[in-house]
Amino acid sequence: MNAPAAAAVKAKKTNIQQAVNQALADALEADDMVLVLGEDVADPEEGGVCGVTKGLSTRFGEHRVRSTPISEQAIIGAAIGASLVGFKPVAEIMLMNFTTVAMDMIVNHAAKLRFMSGGQTHVPIVIRTMTGTGFASGGQHCDYLEAWFAHTAGIKVVAPSSPADAYGLMRSAIDDPDPVLFIENLPTYWTPAEAPEPGQRVPVGKANVLSEGSDVTIVAYARMIQEAMPAIAQLAAQGISAELIDLRTIAPWDRETVLASVAKTGRAMIVHEAVTPFGVGAEVSAVIHEQLFSSLTAPVKRLGGAFCPVPFSKPLETAFAPQTADIVAAATALMGQ
Amino acid sequence: MTNRATPDTAQQIEIYRRMALIKANDERSRKVIMSGKLVMPYYSPRGQEVIPSAISVNLTDDDYICTIYRGSHDQLAKGLPLKDLWAEVAGRTTGTCKGKGGPMHVTYPTKGIMVTTGIVGSSMPIANGLAWGSQLKGDGRVTVAYFGDAASNIGAFHESLNLAAVWKLPVIFVCQNNEWGEHTAYAKATSATHVSDRAAAYAIPGVHVDGNDPLAMFAAAAEAIRRARAGEGPTLIEAMTYRFHGHVFGDADAYMDKDRKAAAIAADPVPRYRAQLIAEGLATEEQLTAMEAAIEADIDEAVEFALASPFPGVEELACDVFALEEAR
Repeated sequence: MNAPAAAAVKAKKTNIQQAVNQALADALEADDMVLVLGEDVADPEEGGVCGVTKGLSTRFGEHRVRSTPISEQAIIGAAIGASLVGFKPVAEIMLMNFTTVAMDMIVNHAAKLRFMSGGQTHVPIVIRTMTGTGFASGGQHCDYLEAWFAHTAGIKVVAPSSPADAYGLMRSAIDDPDPVLFIENLPTYWTPAEAPEPGQRVPVGKANVLSEGSDVTIVAYARMIQEAMPAIAQLAAQGISAELIDLRTIAPWDRETVLASVAKTGRAMIVHEAVTPFGVGAEVSAVIHEQLFSSLTAPVKRLGGAFCPVPFSKPLETAFAPQTADIVAAATALMGQ
Repeated sequence: MTNRATPDTAQQIEIYRRMALIKANDERSRKVIMSGKLVMPYYSPRGQEVIPSAISVNLTDDDYICTIYRGSHDQLAKGLPLKDLWAEVAGRTTGTCKGKGGPMHVTYPTKGIMVTTGIVGSSMPIANGLAWGSQLKGDGRVTVAYFGDAASNIGAFHESLNLAAVWKLPVIFVCQNNEWGEHTAYAKATSATHVSDRAAAYAIPGVHVDGNDPLAMFAAAAEAIRRARAGEGPTLIEAMTYRFHGHVFGDADAYMDKDRKAAAIAADPVPRYRAQLIAEGLATEEQLTAMEAAIEADIDEAVEFALASPFPGVEELACDVFALEEAR
């Protein structure tokens, strides 16, 4: 590819929905052992309720891209069993709340078989699931439950916030020899952004410093990055230099990058859409306090969803999750201003 | 069933050998636990020897099984070496899973023992995945999912039978109906007269068979395995049997009807089949006595090996959680 053509590709815009689709297509193309299964994923069922898997069954066959009954235990069980004999299944559990129906398969089996078998078997599956507030779907269709899985030894959890990360993390997740829960934010599926480089991997376990700063570290992931980006600009206007870290991988999270940042700034805040108590923010905060207690200039702040089921009514739903203004206010408070 | 498959003499003797092995291993397990040399949760399979023995002689090492916490009979019938089993249940490094799985999670892929689960009903969804893998590869392997009668009341059973039927998977669902789900009697917990009746809901064959009759069990298994290998899809087999002991070792089984239990023990399928083989001239008393003595000697050796083996070091806590430990 010549330089102008490469530049044209580089400038190409895409979105997370298309990036996940491309990652799955590239993985299916690269390795015959990659499979896709889940409710409505094949083309006769329109390639998923959000079209993320559109075109894949037509291209690779319904034996490899297979729609399933609405049977979450059976879906994850089929993925686990096939993975035990060499396949690399990508199982879709349509919405994150539906993982609750398959928790036995995910927690008792996918996460534990490597350990319980003494390393004789392992479960290289990816579980794709979408979630997130913003579409007025109420209490059972948009929870962020990542802490439940991050609390389970044996499963990795990733939550990309951009098309490039979605592509790169999906390729890495499929390559990974262990189960990976891949969380897609539904309301930001169609947000245009820079397209990924074909084949480019984003390593599991590596955070991304999106904006460098010296006064306060803001750790966030998934849609909260979109709330944090304008906050960074507003804080700059107030004379506060904030560093924004996109965690990208929740388990195992990138302690090195986060601790290096907080060692520099002395102040930290963790922002997520999941409810605050017992959440990812608590874990990140605890580690920062354990490692950097004497160099902190303020206690670490957690900013999360309200401790209630996700409400339906629009003003309530909007107020449920942290917003740009909340991030600005919390950072300003951390600065003692 | 037409053209009912019958085991030849060698197969019949092999079925008996596996039954005798399971019975002897159970008796020894209870003895060793009582001696205080071994501490483990133990779910006795005594009384259920015929089912996996008659099934497994129809399988090869390449075929897969998924079984459950009451699964030592299924594992031994599938060829699990005694030493590996004993070392595992003793929690030693020489066990199948380096002592990290224990009796409820014995895994031995060399003989197709892919998953042993401690969760009621969970053998079935994973068995479907193994069978799907075989279907995709076209390798001709079949997968047997073992479970108890109480597992037919959990959602995973229904999801699994439906998916296996829709996808025509080469899987055999074997319900070992021992009349008890933990402490609760079959009829108190299960609406269907027979678990096998539930197959009709998924438009697959449901076979009700005397699981303590080696010839009937062999025939039912042979047909289900033939169907699976031929790409005709899954079968649900309900094999009727009886659990001679309480749910778990130490359970005083006061809830079990004493007359029913006495009758079941009086009809113990192991000595009954032994007598039948001799009466029909398929084996001699001397031959079977020698076989049983060899089994006892193997168990002696396995127990000794297990108890002399080292425990895993605490560094094992950090191994096998992920492929790479830096992932933690």
